[in-house]
Amino acid sequence: MTEYVITTEKGKWEIICGLEIHCQIISQSKIFSGASTEFGDDVNENVSFVDAGMPGMLPTLNKECVHQAVKTGLGLNAVINKYSEFSRKNYFYADLPQGYQITQFQYPIVGEGAIDIDLADGTSKTIRIERMHIEQDAGKSIHDMSPTKSFIDLNRAGVGLMEIVTRPDFRSPDEAGAFLKKLRSILRYLGTCDGNMDEGSMRCDVNVSVRPYGSDELRTRCEMKNVNSVKFVMQAIESEAKRHIDVYENGGTITQETRQFDPATQTTKVMRKKEFAHDYRYFPEPDLPPLILSDEFINKIRNELVELPDAKKARFIKELGLTAYDAAVICENKETADFFEKAAKGHDAKKVANWLMGDFFAMLNEKKLELKDSPVSAENLGSLVELITSNVINGKTAKDVFALMAETGENPEKIVEERGLKQVTDTGAIEKLIDDLLASAADNVAAYRGGKVGLFGWFVGQIMKQSQGKANPQVVNALLKKKLG
Amino acid sequence: MSNLTDLTISETLRKFKAKEISPVEITKAYAENINACNKQYNAYVTTTIEQALEQAKTAEQNYMNGTNRPLEGIALGIKDLFCTKGVRTTACSHILDNFIPPYESTVTQNLLNDGALFLGKLNLDEFAMGGSNETSYFGPVVNPWSKEIKLVAGGSSGGSAAAVAAKMCAAATGTDTGGSIREPAAFCGVTGIKPTYGRCSRYGTIAFASSLDQAGPICKDVTDCALVLNSMAGYDEKDSTSSKIAVPDFASFLGKDIKGLKIGVPMEYRVDGLNPEVADYWDKAAEILKAAGAEVVSISLPHTKYALPTYYVIAPAEASSNLARYDGVRYGHRVEGNGLDELYISSRTDGFGREVKRRILIGTYVLSAGYYDAYYLKAQKVRRLIKNDFDSAFQKCDVILTPTSPIEPFAIGDKKMLENPINMYLNDVFTVSVNLAGLPAMSLPIGLSKNGLPLGMQLIGKAFDEETVFKTAYQLERGANFVRI
Amino acid sequence: MPVDNDTVRRIAFLSRLKVDTDKLEDTKEEFNKILNWVEELSEVNTDNVAPLVSVNNESLALRDDAITAGHNAKEILANAPAQEFGYFVVPKVVE
Repeated sequence: MTEYVITTEKGKWEIICGLEIHCQIISQSKIFSGASTEFGDDVNENVSFVDAGMPGMLPTLNKECVHQAVKTGLGLNAVINKYSEFSRKNYFYADLPQGYQITQFQYPIVGEGAIDIDLADGTSKTIRIERMHIEQDAGKSIHDMSPTKSFIDLNRAGVGLMEIVTRPDFRSPDEAGAFLKKLRSILRYLGTCDGNMDEGSMRCDVNVSVRPYGSDELRTRCEMKNVNSVKFVMQAIESEAKRHIDVYENGGTITQETRQFDPATQTTKVMRKKEFAHDYRYFPEPDLPPLILSDEFINKIRNELVELPDAKKARFIKELGLTAYDAAVICENKETADFFEKAAKGHDAKKVANWLMGDFFAMLNEKKLELKDSPVSAENLGSLVELITSNVINGKTAKDVFALMAETGENPEKIVEERGLKQVTDTGAIEKLIDDLLASAADNVAAYRGGKVGLFGWFVGQIMKQSQGKANPQVVNALLKKKLG
Repeated sequence: MSNLTDLTISETLRKFKAKEISPVEITKAYAENINACNKQYNAYVTTTIEQALEQAKTAEQNYMNGTNRPLEGIALGIKDLFCTKGVRTTACSHILDNFIPPYESTVTQNLLNDGALFLGKLNLDEFAMGGSNETSYFGPVVNPWSKEIKLVAGGSSGGSAAAVAAKMCAAATGTDTGGSIREPAAFCGVTGIKPTYGRCSRYGTIAFASSLDQAGPICKDVTDCALVLNSMAGYDEKDSTSSKIAVPDFASFLGKDIKGLKIGVPMEYRVDGLNPEVADYWDKAAEILKAAGAEVVSISLPHTKYALPTYYVIAPAEASSNLARYDGVRYGHRVEGNGLDELYISSRTDGFGREVKRRILIGTYVLSAGYYDAYYLKAQKVRRLIKNDFDSAFQKCDVILTPTSPIEPFAIGDKKMLENPINMYLNDVFTVSVNLAGLPAMSLPIGLSKNGLPLGMQLIGKAFDEETVFKTAYQLERGANFVRI
Repeated sequence: MPVDNDTVRRIAFLSRLKVDTDKLEDTKEEFNKILNWVEELSEVNTDNVAPLVSVNNESLALRDDAITAGHNAKEILANAPAQEFGYFVVPKVVE
């Protein structure tokens, strides 16, 4: 793979980066209460007495959240821990009603795992997952409604989160970007998190340090909290790494601290120095006994697991003959992959892939439509490709047919039939057109035979025009060559 | 009228069914006692007499219709740690002195479902932290056995024990984290049981130390304890620590033979400072049980001496976290401040009393970075050894007999107790191990000291074996022939 | 290991409690008295002893994923010392 090295006048540096990603679990109710997880409801309406931290209220664990966590763990090729414990992380904050967050500390539900990322240069790399645990989300503080007050909405308080922690395996911003896209793709395949970073359902903390290129030392790292897009994560890594290098090259030292990335200025600024760091006083949550999972529970989820992007990609390459690039693009999104598979069924898969990634996506883009709202169904796209491969229509006509399909939603057979667009492969008919043309364009025939071979295209064009585009171009070519000598 | 309030619950129910007396009549009698005595004893912090009388009328109807439930028309007092819907619930803390819960605790709901009615909320040590009821924001409870000097009723369920002793209710709910049912029961000459951890739901009971807290009844005698506990106990899906083990009919064990039962007497409980009168009564209790056919065996609980330090690490640690929710934001006492932290600090400093603050500080310290292993983790390990001690002891005996408290009730404002909190903590020496091990234990009066003050004996059973505790207690009660006020 | 005034101050802040300067010494002494007492625990050999997390041997029960609470903002806010527009209100938090 291409190494990412930051070279300055004074030396060469490399980046060491790890990510912590908070992913909101898809479930009806919250992880420890029966309130809805619905986003966007009226203020404090999706709040139970448990979520509001009322006296005497106790958490009860949502089975679906455990199910989703195990599923995600399996999707990360990770160890599922049959014994896990909940702990309290104690700190005071306005949107943390209990004064502690119920999380997992010493014994997380998911242990070590790994996922492969594909890089732009065609290579791939394995990123190790350290652990994944489940915990509750905090509420929301709104600071911009008044100059003197903050307002607290607890609707989000208690929504289930999965926190995925990677090893510090990233050596470039691109790797981190590729990882986040891959992770998002896996989560969406699994249906365990919608992965929308802009809505906050997936949030990323970025840990960055640098070291002289080629060394194996580990220098002080800084953490950037809540970076909310893939692009910003990549930018944050780059700007923070450059800051570290700058400090080191000017004889300074980096102190461990929490920083915030500002996309507007492309810089990070300090949020919290280590000496002001929290002392979270983690201890086992006495309101929840340890969570013991049975093999049965885990295996049932394993057996119901959907085919994940890597496996799907490998299958598309091996069985359907797709290029690695095409397969990767198609498999990034499960809906696209499913659409493709439906369209390609019984047809030329490579051609279907070309149409999908070409005209089809262009059409969706132009019409600003989601895949699920496409006027062209997967079956119809497959039929169109079939009409081409079986020489019923030629490529040029196919583009027109596709445009009509996008407009009307009708199937291509019907369009071709009704509009008489079937291509002419009858040599007799084509021969007649050629004979008429050669007779009426004696000058050009003479010129061609005199050496102006560039005129061949003109002859083809005339025939295609007279056949209203329906003549089979291969047949036209062959006959013209023969007749012109 | 006063003889009506002398009746036990079992006697009352019999008379209700025979239509000899009516629920309204007896509820009025209790109400009269409250009006006459509460100023003197300070047992109730809130009364709900009108509501109780309404409920008594319904109860009367139910007896007429034959739809009477197990505790129909029985007038109870509720420790003000149980949340009662629409009725102020304070934990006897300034920080909650205006709190009206919009929900009912499971234990009180169970009692209501069985037809009981509530005369009001009973005084306790603030957040149940104390052994003398002197830490209450509403002032100490006065022991009804007091003569010239006002004596403590014990704590933390001091209001419950005093109200039962002074016939201001038929029975009361209590909670027990380190002896809070048993010690006040002993001090006030009444009977109380802390069942096995997990028997009674903690949902809606304001938490002190979640892994130790357990609700139970304080009653006039052993039989009443069985009747009230029958209603209080049961699995509750809203409390993840509540047990699914079926609850037997505790009353069915009363009067059962204890021939051949092995009564363990732990040698380590002959502590320094054990009142010689208490020691004598301990021997007497053993004699009574022997006379009833039981066999007395000497047992060893080698880690007894470490139970108190273990308790005073674990309980404050959990409390420091459980009490973080009292921050002046969503409910309770609030002192405005400049900024969020100042709001927290002012509200909490003003809202909590001295003992509560002391325990929050200790608890915070033992969980904080660098001290967790030395204090909290160590205490959890010793806690296991203490539990193992009981497991081994129960290989040799069926139930354990000890005094409830090493001393008799002391004066309110006792200098020795006030000058050093540890002196107060030492009074729990015989009770805390039981909570650490999660076992059931009952305290019942055995006799009066030379000073004419009640002394209590404790019977400790195996986990979920309240049966043996009840049948042994019944025999001991019969032999002791204690005369209530 | 006796605590010093700074530790007492730090612990007080972590607990969001104020210890008045004139009470600092007393608080520290009381603190040390209690810590000294609980330090008896260090005498106990706990090698190879697993901490007791829960006396309950039953595994954590799991709740079905159903909406059983909420849509009661009025009750949630009923005891709030300060509220506006359906929100809880606190002094402005500067981030």
